[in-house]
Amino acid sequence: MVRIRHPKDFWAGVLFIAFGLAAFGIALNYPWGTASRMGPGYFPRVLGLILAVLGAILLLRGLKLSGQRIVWGSPKPVVIVLGTVVVFGLIVAKLGLIASTLILVILSSTASDEFRWKEAVIASLLLAAFVVAAFVYGLKLQLPALPEFLN
Amino acid sequence: MELFDNLAIGFQVAFSLQNLFYAFAGVLLGTLIGVLPGIGPVPTIAMLLPITYTLPPVAALIMLAGIYYGAQYGGSTTAILVNLPGESSSVVTCIDGHQMARQGRAGTALSIAAIGSFIAGCFATLMVAAFAPPLSEMALKFGPAEYFSLMVLGLIAAVVLASGSLIKAIAMIVLGLMLGIIGTDVNSGLQRYSFGIPELSDGIGFVAVAMGVFGFAEIIINLQQTEKREVFTKNVTGLWLKWKDFKEAFPAIVRGTGIGSILGILPGGGALLSAFASYTIEKKIAKDPSRFGKGAIQGVAGPESANNAGAQASFIPLLTLGIPPNAVMALMVGAMTIHSIQPGPQVMTNNPQLFWGLIVSMWIGNLMLVVLNLPMIGLWIKLLQVPYRLLYPAILLFSCIGVYSIQNNVFDVLMTALFGLLGWIFVKLECEPAPLLLGFILGPMMEENLRRALLLSRGDPTVFVTRPLSAVMLGMAVLLLAIIVAPSISKKREEAFQEI
Repeated sequence: MVRIRHPKDFWAGVLFIAFGLAAFGIALNYPWGTASRMGPGYFPRVLGLILAVLGAILLLRGLKLSGQRIVWGSPKPVVIVLGTVVVFGLIVAKLGLIASTLILVILSSTASDEFRWKEAVIASLLLAAFVVAAFVYGLKLQLPALPEFLN
Repeated sequence: MELFDNLAIGFQVAFSLQNLFYAFAGVLLGTLIGVLPGIGPVPTIAMLLPITYTLPPVAALIMLAGIYYGAQYGGSTTAILVNLPGESSSVVTCIDGHQMARQGRAGTALSIAAIGSFIAGCFATLMVAAFAPPLSEMALKFGPAEYFSLMVLGLIAAVVLASGSLIKAIAMIVLGLMLGIIGTDVNSGLQRYSFGIPELSDGIGFVAVAMGVFGFAEIIINLQQTEKREVFTKNVTGLWLKWKDFKEAFPAIVRGTGIGSILGILPGGGALLSAFASYTIEKKIAKDPSRFGKGAIQGVAGPESANNAGAQASFIPLLTLGIPPNAVMALMVGAMTIHSIQPGPQVMTNNPQLFWGLIVSMWIGNLMLVVLNLPMIGLWIKLLQVPYRLLYPAILLFSCIGVYSIQNNVFDVLMTALFGLLGWIFVKLECEPAPLLLGFILGPMMEENLRRALLLSRGDPTVFVTRPLSAVMLGMAVLLLAIIVAPSISKKREEAFQEI
């Protein structure tokens, strides 16, 4: 059995090999061109190969050298923070800036271990007022303050 | 003297009421985010990029530049009072700055940091003004082969000077280059890596990458750590320096300024590296090195001057060669492109108002920072007491609005979340994200110059080594790599980064 001795290098290597080979494979569909007229497939293929080779070196290092294990930490902040961003993106045009701000602030606040309902609600209201004043009226961004069905 | 004529143009532009206002807004915001740990100039500038769209280009660049060097001032406040780097380049200031605060000399430490930064800022401004014209003139003679080699050299230098694993850094650059070519190929009109998604035909938004990889990933990492911070707010008195303190610190300020000015120009340099180098040198040449780590004033004055000089000097390669030496400058490229200004040697001739106005505004901004920072220290201390659980939802909110409003596009927001995830994974695997961003910016430029060079040479790849300037630059790149790979030096390099 091969043992992974340096997980950070090993998995970084795996990641780079995957990206490199995928990029190379896809670039095979793009014309390579000629020596003097480099085609759209030239640069991506070369880069894809270089990346895969670098990934392979890292992977081998990960088997040979020893290093600390990866501490992924609690998955809660990852899911909540990124999830909130996705939700905000999906609702902002439909529900408008006020509602989206309230949802984003309260939802993302739950990622913290020190989450308190009251505090989060107050913060969300203050931020919603500020954001509407600054972005909708101040900088005049193309963002509706109110939900679509109220306009 | 031409230099003075040019500076006169700059003063005219920078002293307009509007530009003074944006310089002020920039340095104020810069200080603010510098003081706050967990948000740096990269996400802030990324966040403001879409907003600057509505401003005139000069005002936009003046404000964004102010954020970068303003953050260097603000970062030191947090380092001294809380023993946390408010800004990554203030890491070394924590060592002696916080010790000074513990000894009741917080006021002295804050003052010397501000004064050192100001002296460094003035000198660096003059240096940008003096060095930019000859460098641009040289750059105008560059052909595509030279540009390609210069970018190779720049990217290699960027990884060599950065901390961390060399192979990972190069891999991150290559990955960035590949992300940069996603979208429609300008020459053939072919869609590359767009997977039939119409939003990808223009390529991935630069802000989405920068904000995801730097901003969101950082928030997640901060939330995963449950460290408590202790704010040192007592004893912030005596902001007036004693003559003895100033005399002790002045040589360190001069040395720090010199180091920052030189290292800032180098690719991969800028504020962080300059501060590290300055601290190491101050410790090496001190008569009594044991004082360092116990509140030596030189340990604050040197690095703080160096990081500010470095921040400003890093504008030189951007403005003269069109090549960003670090992530913040990569964002400045983004800001210039938004206003359809092609960064490079032609900026100075085509937009002298913009060029000299920006440079003079840096000097004005530095003056504002000294005036702003010392009397307002009480306000910054208050700000430091705001708990992170209230800060990060606001940061997240402004980031999301910023990304969305670039094109009123949901896709961009989703991409940012994806890059946030990727950025978080990179941090966990100890892959530095800064080289990725550099590669992302340089990707399309590199491909285009490679293509043109090969076209001009009728397909002869030796063009890169037969043209003397290009050959010299490639030679330097190879030399740099060889040096760093040599076992004895790579060991020293690790030590140098660990010593601090």
